[in-house]
Amino acid sequence: MYLYDQYDQAMVDARVEEFRDQTRRRLEGKLSEDQFKPLRLMNGLYLQLHAYMLRVAIPYGTLNSRQMHMLADIGNKYDRGYGHFTTRQNIQYNWIKLEEAPDLLADLASVEMHAIQTSGNCIRNISSDHFAGAAADELVDPRPYAELLRQWSSFHPEFSFLPRKFKIAVIASDTDRAAMKLHDIGIQIVERDGALGAAFYVGGGMGRTPMVAPCIREFVPLDQLVPYAEACLRVYNRYGRRDNKYKARIKILVHELGKEEYARQVEEEFAHLLSQGIEPPLAELERIKPFFADPEFEFGLPTGIDRSDPDFALWVDRNAVPHKAPGYVSAVISLKPVGGIPGDASAAQMHEMAELTKQYSFDECRVTHTQNIVLPHVKIADLHALWTRLDAAGLANPNIDTIEDIIACPGLDYCSLANARSIPVAQKISQRFSANGRTAELGELKLKISGCINACGHHHAGHIGILGVDKKGVENYQLLLGGSEAQDTSLARITGPGFDEPGIVDAVETVTDVYLRERDAGERFLDTYRRIGMEPFKEALYG
Amino acid sequence: MADAGINGIGGTSPDEVQFRFRDDEPVDHGTVTVDSFLDQSNASAVRIEPGDDARALLPHLGRLRLVEVNFPVFSDGRGYSAARVLREAEYAGELRAVGDVLIDQLALLRRCGFDAFAPDQRLNEVDAVAAFARWENVYQHAADRRRPIPELRHG
Repeated sequence: MYLYDQYDQAMVDARVEEFRDQTRRRLEGKLSEDQFKPLRLMNGLYLQLHAYMLRVAIPYGTLNSRQMHMLADIGNKYDRGYGHFTTRQNIQYNWIKLEEAPDLLADLASVEMHAIQTSGNCIRNISSDHFAGAAADELVDPRPYAELLRQWSSFHPEFSFLPRKFKIAVIASDTDRAAMKLHDIGIQIVERDGALGAAFYVGGGMGRTPMVAPCIREFVPLDQLVPYAEACLRVYNRYGRRDNKYKARIKILVHELGKEEYARQVEEEFAHLLSQGIEPPLAELERIKPFFADPEFEFGLPTGIDRSDPDFALWVDRNAVPHKAPGYVSAVISLKPVGGIPGDASAAQMHEMAELTKQYSFDECRVTHTQNIVLPHVKIADLHALWTRLDAAGLANPNIDTIEDIIACPGLDYCSLANARSIPVAQKISQRFSANGRTAELGELKLKISGCINACGHHHAGHIGILGVDKKGVENYQLLLGGSEAQDTSLARITGPGFDEPGIVDAVETVTDVYLRERDAGERFLDTYRRIGMEPFKEALYG
Repeated sequence: MADAGINGIGGTSPDEVQFRFRDDEPVDHGTVTVDSFLDQSNASAVRIEPGDDARALLPHLGRLRLVEVNFPVFSDGRGYSAARVLREAEYAGELRAVGDVLIDQLALLRRCGFDAFAPDQRLNEVDAVAAFARWENVYQHAADRRRPIPELRHG
């Protein structure tokens, strides 16, 4: 994985000192809260319902064991012994004291980590495929390109006060595991005539106006990635709406201009920027690539699995994913215990995951946007030992991509924007399906819950989505069906009137009953919905 | 663009320059709006508001000596693009940030080509000098022509 050189370290260290200075000026009253807010936000510090929340960047979701140990230590030292992994492949701490935040950032910097641009109206932490470097279907590892863009976007002088936040994802396979087309810019590394380049999808997003990004250029040569991205941003910075924060994302601009006109303006700016010599040298990309080279996989490893323990066999079936190297798999650690808080891990669990990362996965793990952890390179022969350790730590939940593997935002339990609680709904749904034993029968079923219209829980992209709203002071939950964040990206549709908290859990069960009744052989919930449409589900819910 | 260090530290009232990184004589008269500038053939100082398109000035750079870019609120970042567009077109006159200009925007503004700063509220000079000097290196090209880290790495 990528390691800092003296330049990267100096930038992060300077940032810590800058924030220490900003915090001092705030505490001395030299900065008003209005003036301090965008500064702390650009360091990932939000003021939430009960305390400050700090969001730590995990570029393209990749961590080593030393970093995971530090995340655990921070949970103990500055929080209440927990961390919360998010849909941005990041981690958040919910109980931070402002006066301690500079020390926390210094601790992060000591393991080559930071909270730079994890919030604010700037280019955010760049996300990627959580199976990068392990998936058999990828063209190349997308992370060198993500790292190149991480550096370019860090402290970008022109794009630190954009109309709104800006999220970029980079993938390099036709299978999309990063919700690429639901980002402000989604980049897919592609091959044309033997050369690599980037397809740019611009103007996707969730929030209150979900949109799937159109492709605005099919091929950008690799040495022009930065000027092209810069052109996309400059057109947005110039024309993105600033009169209404709900219409300020780039998706609105692309939609209002039309993708052809937006693309035309980007091309004009791109042609100009190419004359400015702003692209990093290709040698820089070549310097970055070896950091993401394959670890030294062994050859001739056994591929058989002793399935005599049914609990272990179930976990393998659900949580182990095929790998490009024979004898290896990627193992997904579910942070979705039945009745638990999706994405939460205790400090002790993080320490244990760090140890397992080192022992079983070439000292590398990943955070997924589905709020789980991946050990990307595990020997099949080690799986039982790994599972035994995970089981002892409460981390062997065999439920990846099932209805128990719920994405949920923090909701009204923590978030000052939320209208309704998400966590209790997630807990009750996983308890319901664990108790009725249908999880296995339902197979792949992606359920996503947001506690408000900002859609941090990706409800638009759920096979089943749930949106919490405030209805005359009472929490109410809308049900949506048919979304997908994968390569077949689609936006979910609302079924009809919402439900109260017990009602939404019943409603989820009702729509799964329709699926089980109507499905053809081999169909997932999403496939059946797409074939039969909304009506049979509405009939069952409201008929 | 010569980096002459901070000159003319002064400024006691709004629109007065507190920090200036130029050696030449400041323009001693007021600015006109972009529309007025385009209508007049003799104006040499113009003020850009956030909604103005700086590209409209490009055919007339030869007669411009001062461009003020107004930041009515610091969080409106359009002026950063305006500044870079002018510098990329080799505008060499004074580029002055005016309005809601705060300590923590100084280094970014400087990178986008601003060489004079007239904040509405006078800034603490110790804090400002520290802010201008904060970043020993930078990751990307901008109007200040500093060699970015990706180039420094390769000699």
